[in-house]
Formats: sequence, C-alpha cells, structure tokens
Amino acid sequence: MPGTFIIGFDDTEAARRAGDFAAARARGEEAALHVVMVLEWSPYSFLSAQELEERHARRQDELARAAQVIEPFCEGLREKGLTVTSEVRYGHAGELLCEIARKMRASQMFIGRRGGSALGQRFLGSLAITLVQASPIPVTVVP
Amino acid sequence: MITRMLAALAAVLVSVVPAAAQDPDEVATTLDQRINQWFTPVSDFVGSIIFFEVPIGDVNFPLIVGWLVLAAAVCTIYFGFVQFRQVKHSISLVKGDYSDPEDAGEVSHFQALTTALSATVGLGNIAGVAVAVTLGGPGATFWMVVAGILGMATKFTECTLGVKYRNEYADGRVSGGPMYYLSKGLAERGQPGLGRTLAIIFSICCVGGAVGGGNMFQVNQALQQVVGVTGGEASIFAGRGWLFGVIMAAIIGMVIIGGIKSIARVTEKVVPFMAIFYVVTGLAILAINYDQIGWAFGQIFAGAFTGEGVAGGVIGALIQGFRRAAFSNEAGIGSAPIAHSAVRTKEPVTEGYVALLEPFIDTVVICTMTALVIVISGELGSGLEGVELTSAAFASGASWFPILLAIAVVLFAFSTMLSWSYYGLKAWTYMFGEGQAQELVFKAIFCAFIILGASVTLDPVIAFSDSMLFAMSIPNIIGIYLLLPVVRREVRQYWAKIESGEITKFKNAAAEA
Repeated sequence: MPGTFIIGFDDTEAARRAGDFAAARARGEEAALHVVMVLEWSPYSFLSAQELEERHARRQDELARAAQVIEPFCEGLREKGLTVTSEVRYGHAGELLCEIARKMRASQMFIGRRGGSALGQRFLGSLAITLVQASPIPVTVVP
Repeated sequence: MITRMLAALAAVLVSVVPAAAQDPDEVATTLDQRINQWFTPVSDFVGSIIFFEVPIGDVNFPLIVGWLVLAAAVCTIYFGFVQFRQVKHSISLVKGDYSDPEDAGEVSHFQALTTALSATVGLGNIAGVAVAVTLGGPGATFWMVVAGILGMATKFTECTLGVKYRNEYADGRVSGGPMYYLSKGLAERGQPGLGRTLAIIFSICCVGGAVGGGNMFQVNQALQQVVGVTGGEASIFAGRGWLFGVIMAAIIGMVIIGGIKSIARVTEKVVPFMAIFYVVTGLAILAINYDQIGWAFGQIFAGAFTGEGVAGGVIGALIQGFRRAAFSNEAGIGSAPIAHSAVRTKEPVTEGYVALLEPFIDTVVICTMTALVIVISGELGSGLEGVELTSAAFASGASWFPILLAIAVVLFAFSTMLSWSYYGLKAWTYMFGEGQAQELVFKAIFCAFIILGASVTLDPVIAFSDSMLFAMSIPNIIGIYLLLPVVRREVRQYWAKIESGEITKFKNAAAEA
C-alpha cells in the first residue's frame, strides 16, 4: 500500500534525520511525503493587551519564518525524487499530527527525538509519548 | 532602546533622589502640600461637575452613577435582555466552538476576555465591595448584582462597536476603542465633527483615568497592604512610600519602556491563578459556614428592601451598590473595548456576546462572594473598612490569608497598571499620533505618576483621577446611544447568517443539534 508518510518537522537535526529516514522508506514503498510543522499555540493562553494588538502581525512573521525553514527541507526531499507536500499549523503538536494523519489517511508517521537539554528532551519526549499512545497510524521515532 | 529606557528612568528618578537624601517625612509633607495647593481647586472643580450630586431623601445621589445605570438599562431593553437570552451562545463562543481552525494562532475570544478581565478584576472586587457593605449594609450587595447584570448589556454594546470600528494597520497590528468608534461611527452618521470632539474628550479623560485610577490609586492601595504585612509602623516602607514607588516604577518601566516582556508574562500568568485562588478560598470559607449562607442571603435581600441601619435607607444601599459595581466592572467607561478589539472574528457582535460575561464574572460572581464572606464573618461593623475589612473577614476562615491577600493586591495592582498603561497609551497616540517619541513621553509620565501615587497621600489627586475615569463614560455613552442602531443591525445580520447556516460551529456541532 503506497499511501502517504507524515514527517513531523521542527527545524532540528533530529527532525532532519527523521526526514532522511522517512525518505529512504518512502522511496522503497513509492509513498508520498507530507511535512508538517506545528507552531505550539493554545487559544486559552494568556496575553497582555499589547500582545493582543501585535498578535496578527506576529503570526504573519512566524508563518513567514516557518516557511523559510520548511521550504528548503522539502526541496531537499524533492531532489531525491519524492513527491512532497507540506503545511504549517498552529496548535498542539500531538493533536494536530493525529488529526492530519486521520484526514489524509496516511500510512505512517516519522518524528525525530532530540538528545540535548533536559527541557527539550522532556518536550519532545512528551510529543513522542503522546503520539505513541494516541496516533491512529504507526509512528517511528528516529533518535 | 536600553539607553532610552535608562534616560527616561533617570529623568523620573531625578525628581525623587533629592527626596531620598533628606528626611522622607519632611519632603513628603512639603511636596504633598505644594501639590495639594496647586491641585485642590482643579480637582474640586472637575469633581464637582463629574460627581454632581442631587439629594434624594437623606443621601446624595451622584448623577454620573445614574448616567451609567440608565445606559445599562437602556441597552438591556433595546437588546431585549441580551444578558439573559444569549449566555449559552457566549460560552459557546468563548470555548471556541465557532472559531475557524484556520485562524489558529490569532487572538481567540478567550484571550480577549481574560485580558480585559485582568484589567477589571482587582481592587474593585476586594476593596470596593467592603466599602459598599460598610456604607450601604449587606443590602448594597443586591443592588451591586443588579447593576452588574444590567452592565452586561452595556459591555455587549461597547465591545461590539469596538471591534466593528477598529483599525487594522498595514503592518498587521489591530487596535480599537471608543476613540475609533466615536470618530468613525459618528462620521458614518454624518456627524464627523461631533465624533472627533467626543473622541478627543474621551482620550483626554482616558489618559487622566490611566495615570489616576489605573495607576496612582492602584500603587497607593498596594503600598498600604505591603506596609500592613511587613510590620505596619516598623515596616521599611512606612513613611517611605517613594521607595515603594521607585521600585514599582522601575519594574513597570522595564516592561513598558524597556520592552522586557518576561516580567509582564510572569505577572500575567500568576494573576489568573491569584484570582482563581481568591475565589476558591472564598468558596471554601462559604462551604465551611454553609449553614449561614441562607441567613446571609436573607440579610442581603432584607437590607436591599428595608435599608435597615443604613444612612439613607433603601436609596443609600442602592447608591452604594450601584456605585461600587460601576467602579468594579467599568461597564460604560469605555476601557474594555480597547482590550477586546484585537480579537480575530469576522462578526463584531461575537465579541459583544463574549464581553457580556465580564461584568458577570467580575461583579455577580466575585463581588457577591466577597460580600457573602464579609457578612458571614461578622466583621461588618467592627470599624474596619476597605481592604482591611476583606482581609479580616477572610482571616476569620483562614488565618494565613492576609499575607496572601497582600501579594494578590500587589499583583492585581501591577496587572491593572500594565493594562491601563496600554489604554492610556492608545488614547495618547490617538491625540498626538503614533511614534516612538510620543509613546516614550507618555510612558515616562506614567512611571513618574507611580512614584507620585506612592509617595504622597493626595486625596485631591485621587479624587481627580476617579473623576477622569468616570468622565470617560460621558463621551462613550453619548456615542453608545447614537450608535445603538448600528449594533442592532449587526445583531440582525449575525443571527440571519446563523439561521441560514452561513455561520456554523466548527467544534461540538452535535452538542446543540
């Protein structure tokens, strides 16, 4: 079954490794790749009045910056002869990856795991754990 | 940026450092006297107009309070008791049921509501309620709740207008408020001159309210609490209010001039927890004394209609309740629309529905709870007043509470000051144009007033700033009356779109079907 592979991307080395790993599998199975970058966001967080005023402008900046990192990454995968699509979303990474997986009827998901700082480890660790527990499709965590 | 910030702070400090070198008491008195002499006639004049009182029976009724309550009643009737009919829809909007997932990352209804709430929840709920029940008896609580419920309709109207006539700049910033709906909304009605005049009057009052009620009053009350818990007369801050003022001004300055967001972010994270903690403690005290809640409500209802033991009887209780409700939830003042305007929505009226929850949470829930605790504690009539009364009432159930309350008061004051520095700045730039230099002038003035507010007990200045705060409601409510048909049109269009299915829920769609 060819289908689509989802890559969770966050501009880290680990995510790039996950990308390479997924690309190798995708070539073998003739699958398409869908790169997802999630900007952490909660509509229930608290902002000051000044932040409210600037929020829309800030969002435009963040999306532009995200496009700057995700585009070269996708281009790199395309050079390997793969079909690549991408999207940048705001929200909770775990929830969104599961939702996108379901909507696209993807067959597999790949995410990176970063060593590094304890805080980063915890953050990425919790994403990996969330996906392992909640993902509707098989998840590969690349170290 | 840093140099500019230091320059501004230095300018602010120059006026105070000599004071530090001399005996603080002596300087405070002379400074106090000098400013009093200059200021009292101005304050008296403005106060006598804004707080013009008409005698009813034994008591004086300030017309401005009637002005606010009348507007609330008119909005309530005009929109067919919107605060009762649409609460379910309001909650649905806050939960994000109608929010387009494509708009994730934009300002949500929840965020606009909580930011506006952080500016109103504070001393009004803690100190204001105590003042109301001290002067108006338990019955004042009933009238406070009535005013709060009516005020929901005013907030609905003003926040709808705020979003409808907001400015969306090319660089993506969004800002709004009464100055924009007054000038743009009345221009649409063919009264550009009137609109512009009202907008300027509003802006002047808003700057006054920001440095007064939103700044000096806050820092002054916070100082009293801090002195109280750090040993009263023996406190390091006793007689050295300027020291507290300098510290507060430095912190506020770092945030608003230095752009150090981390401090603001920490406060903004802590304040909601403080508010929740305050409510939970109050509810816990009520739960322990559950057998007296019925009696307390009895006192409140009886007091509301008999006015027993209150100066001025029923009318006296009513005035105190109405007055404190207006102080606390600011419905009709025009401050909230400034915070609410940045929300991401295609329909202005949705923010109105969300905003009407504000007086409900602020006045109906938090103020009523404070009042119940005070009545049940039996501290009423003990001679205490203001924050001290609330503090003592809560201490009767939880002895460690006064320290926590002092921390809460300082944090509430801090967040209220941050919000008002923003409101004031928006009014300032409306008058003087946008730009770094203009903004810096206002921010430096704002910081200077913090030190002033803490170092001297300036009754006339505080009275003046209260007048300015309430004066904001005069241009604002004239605008509201003139623009009522605009809001009604918005409401009709919105519900037509809901009925035709053009606007549907994105989440929990099944729940209501």
